[in-house]
Amino acid sequence: MIEAAWIIPAFPLAGFVLLTLFGRRLGEPGAGWLGTLAVAGSFAATCVTFVGLLRFQGDERSVTDSLFTWIHVGRLEIKASLLLDPLSITMALFVTGVSTLIHLYSVGYMHGDERYPRFFVYLNLFVFSMLMLVLADNFVLTFLGWEGVGACSYLLISFWFERETAATAGKKAFVTNRIGDFGFLLATFLIFGAFGSLNYVDVLPNVDLLSVGTATAIGLLLFLGACGKSAQLPLYVWLPDAMEGPTPVSALIHAATMVTAGVYLMVRISPILHVAPDVATVIAIVGGATALFAATIACAQNDIKRVLAYSTISQLGYMFLAVGSGAYVAAVFHMITHAFFKALLFLAAGAVIHGMHDEQDMKRMGALRRLLPITWATFIVGWLAISGVPPFAGFWSKDEILINAWDKSPILWAVGTLTALLTAYYMTRQVMLVFYGESRWSGDDSHAGDPHEAPPTMTIPLVVLAVAAVVAGALNLPFGDSAALGNFLDPVIHITEHELLATGATQLVLAAISTAAALTGLFVARSMWSRRSDNPSVEPAILQRAWRVDEGISAVVGGPGRELANWSAYSVDKGAVDGAYNGVGVLVRRSGDRLRLLQTGYVRNYALAVAGGAVALLTYVVIRASG
Amino acid sequence: MHETHATFPILTAIVLLPAIGGLITALIPHARTEVLRVVGVMFTVATAALTIYMAVQFKVGDAGFQMVSHHSWIKEFGISWKLGVDGISLWLVVLTGVLFPLALLGAPVTRDVKNYVAWMLLLEAGCLGTFLALDLFLFFLFFEIVLVPMYFLIGGWGYDNRAYAAIKFFLFTLAGSAFMLVGMLALVFLHQRATGVLTFDLVQLAEKQALAETTARWVFLAFAIGFAVKVPLFPLHTWLPDAHTEAPTAGSVILAGVLLKMGTYGILRFGLYLFPRAAIDLAPILLTLAVIGITYGAIVATMQKDLKRLVAYSSVAHLGFIILGTFAFTSQGLSGGVLQMVNHGLSTGALFLLVGMIYERRHTRQIAELGGLQKSVPLLAAAFMVVMLSSVGLPGLNGFVGEFLILLGTFATHRWWAVVATSGVILAAVYLLWAYQRVFHGPAEGDNADIPDLNLRERAVLVPLIAMIVFLGVYPKPVLDRINPSVHRLLDHMEQAAK
Repeated sequence: MIEAAWIIPAFPLAGFVLLTLFGRRLGEPGAGWLGTLAVAGSFAATCVTFVGLLRFQGDERSVTDSLFTWIHVGRLEIKASLLLDPLSITMALFVTGVSTLIHLYSVGYMHGDERYPRFFVYLNLFVFSMLMLVLADNFVLTFLGWEGVGACSYLLISFWFERETAATAGKKAFVTNRIGDFGFLLATFLIFGAFGSLNYVDVLPNVDLLSVGTATAIGLLLFLGACGKSAQLPLYVWLPDAMEGPTPVSALIHAATMVTAGVYLMVRISPILHVAPDVATVIAIVGGATALFAATIACAQNDIKRVLAYSTISQLGYMFLAVGSGAYVAAVFHMITHAFFKALLFLAAGAVIHGMHDEQDMKRMGALRRLLPITWATFIVGWLAISGVPPFAGFWSKDEILINAWDKSPILWAVGTLTALLTAYYMTRQVMLVFYGESRWSGDDSHAGDPHEAPPTMTIPLVVLAVAAVVAGALNLPFGDSAALGNFLDPVIHITEHELLATGATQLVLAAISTAAALTGLFVARSMWSRRSDNPSVEPAILQRAWRVDEGISAVVGGPGRELANWSAYSVDKGAVDGAYNGVGVLVRRSGDRLRLLQTGYVRNYALAVAGGAVALLTYVVIRASG
Repeated sequence: MHETHATFPILTAIVLLPAIGGLITALIPHARTEVLRVVGVMFTVATAALTIYMAVQFKVGDAGFQMVSHHSWIKEFGISWKLGVDGISLWLVVLTGVLFPLALLGAPVTRDVKNYVAWMLLLEAGCLGTFLALDLFLFFLFFEIVLVPMYFLIGGWGYDNRAYAAIKFFLFTLAGSAFMLVGMLALVFLHQRATGVLTFDLVQLAEKQALAETTARWVFLAFAIGFAVKVPLFPLHTWLPDAHTEAPTAGSVILAGVLLKMGTYGILRFGLYLFPRAAIDLAPILLTLAVIGITYGAIVATMQKDLKRLVAYSSVAHLGFIILGTFAFTSQGLSGGVLQMVNHGLSTGALFLLVGMIYERRHTRQIAELGGLQKSVPLLAAAFMVVMLSSVGLPGLNGFVGEFLILLGTFATHRWWAVVATSGVILAAVYLLWAYQRVFHGPAEGDNADIPDLNLRERAVLVPLIAMIVFLGVYPKPVLDRINPSVHRLLDHMEQAAK
């Protein structure tokens, strides 16, 4: 069973190949169903493998499944092989599970799109790449998945390429990610230099051999990669723009799965962070800062998807805060609960957009709860979960992170708690603007008919995810021995995982404070937004424009950056370098013309030249001799 | 170094077959364009088949020269017709064999088909000879022969500014060759003075190092300049954008796919093998120029307004990677470099074909005049996308394997050069994705909206290229397994010389 784990990625790969070849012939909805089936098959295979893995004792739950040699030169041997351990199988389970639901949702959501089959081509390729990323047993194969999901993200963000904004957003995502990949690649070179291998099983148990300096460099470079993929400061700028893609893409790639790849990588290399504590501190600070920074922006956005995008960046910041605090289980726990409730929120937002005939401005929504009852009900679940209201899933995972952050530094804890307050605030604002208050869309001619509820292919995934968002907290309850996820992941991280210092009483107080913060945010927002749709005092321009970071970057890249490139291309290359060669050409031709004049035919001229030459030669000899 | 001789002189056949084809073409009347086309394709396909047969016959694990054909030619000067293949040249020969029929099929010309086909076939013979020659004189002969058909192809079937480009190409290369010729003669005669044997045989010259250290350095430099023009290395690269842009499509494909490799191959085969010590001493200069080429080529490519010129500058950057790997002196760097020669030939060859297909439809290469093509020609756009991603170095496609090996191999010995070169990974994404966006994304308006997608012939040309791009990305093992032994042998040779 374990030996056949290659079937897990083989399903979506087969789906990708079949859809590439026959997608257009299958058309709608055949292509959608084929894509969904392929991913569902992968989910089933993952479940079977998971059960197979459970049969082993805890420490033996690490199986390598080798397929073939990929790259082999000298000492370097990179195999295409899968590593099945509690961490990778946990990732694979939630990736394939959420993917199946979102594929199903897309069958309905993409209805009528002229490139319907191609959408599922990309989506299947994405799932394959994501599975390679998490199942790979070495850094390079992980990098293959890492780049593969990046490419799919690029293709899917610019799926509606006729829109310039979509095309630009796709390119921006890819290029920004490449900056992170620069770090990832350099880290692999350092690792290979130190270990002569890039396999996790060769590297990670032996990190003690590394000098602290090398470990720190590797850790920071890999974290740079993680910052790109998981949209952390300062490389987060691509994610809000990525909302140009179809909403299922935002849910699957830019909320639930791909953007968590950076967190996964950090958990995977936790032994390196263990020997390089400075890196862990950097990660915690960047994570906390990102969480707070993005949350402030989310408070003033009007686009229903942009709120969720900044919220995603903020929540990813929490996960890195957990990683930096050594709370790897909490990071993975929050990754899973977040995958459920954020996918739910995005898909519900998609149902709203769908029902509103492509309206995304929340200021032109309102009072939709009666017209979209299922969407409303499920959105409410997602809202409570992300706001950290007990007993919904988000409460448990966020609480665990905050307690660990307290151990790392009370300042980080305070930042996290403030973020929790803001999270509850901006999510409540969103709920109020979309589902409550006055309807601000009626009588608007741009809408073809009243908002309507989505078809069952879309609402079923919503309901399933809503259930998951309620109960997922049970995966890792902090009571006694009931931390199932923690116990399961223990073999992977038991050396590196931080042991909680805070006493039970402290933990209870901290939990109470964070809950109070969440409720405060929730009620403040409710009182401010339940009746009004405009509060200019709490929507300052600087927040609406996202602290103007993007504008600044655009100004630099489009201004001096572009000028520099232009200067290189035209002044230097065409002017100086090529000009020099052409100059030589002209010189040769001109001197040829001049030299022709020398051949006067008069003997006296030649004699003069000979005499002059002889004098010059003699002078030279004399000087040499005397010198 | 041991050599295995062939019972059937397959390498001689590989070189002569296209040359014979060229002669036969000369006998066919001008008006019979269809016959001429068929003859051209037939001979290039037959040559391709021979090169593939050679690859099949190639013994894995044998580092020396295989299938050697050796015939004495000008005895007085120790010159002979000597051809042989090893892991370093093997795939370049196959690449040449495969690219020519695809270039002929993928970009047919209408004017003066006879001379076009004849020049192409002669060009192929010259290219194959260059990669197979084991005699310095013979190598030089083939290296120079190539200039003539390429000059006429650019000058005769090129675009508006073709005369300037053709002469520029010719003068640059010839100037470089002059250096090489001087270096070659110096080497041969100094070798004779030291050993008493007058020979142009590569293996003999290399295995018995006869030059003093400083002399070797000068002679190496002479060779290096000759090859650096061809590669081209910064700042000797300015002939390339003009030649690539003005050449007819097939000319650009062969120029980028095959001719540039003569420079990188030459440095590897002759520079490193003949002058190991000097190569090690002067490596920092070449590494620096390579890194400049990678970053500078990419930055300059970004701002090009002509799509073909953009692809041309991308070659400057990519060839920089190959030189970088070569002078890393590690097995990963060298093997990666050799593999990347093949990869670049496939990817950039395909890119030039695609740009040519766009030109045939739109009669412009100006990026500003194109737009939204993914809407009107989705298949062409998809093909472009795959090739572009290969060029960007996406894992799973061929470009990544080569680039990764090169950078990893360079990092081990020349860390900071590798760090700067790795930033080229970001820049490649910038210029290619931006170009793709402007050409294929956005709304399709005016002339861009109403053009036909790939026809059957074009698909038949692109499918094998894309298949090879994917295959080399997923399973490069059979290719690397044949490259590695020869690379290791070369490294051993260099290590001994360095002692």
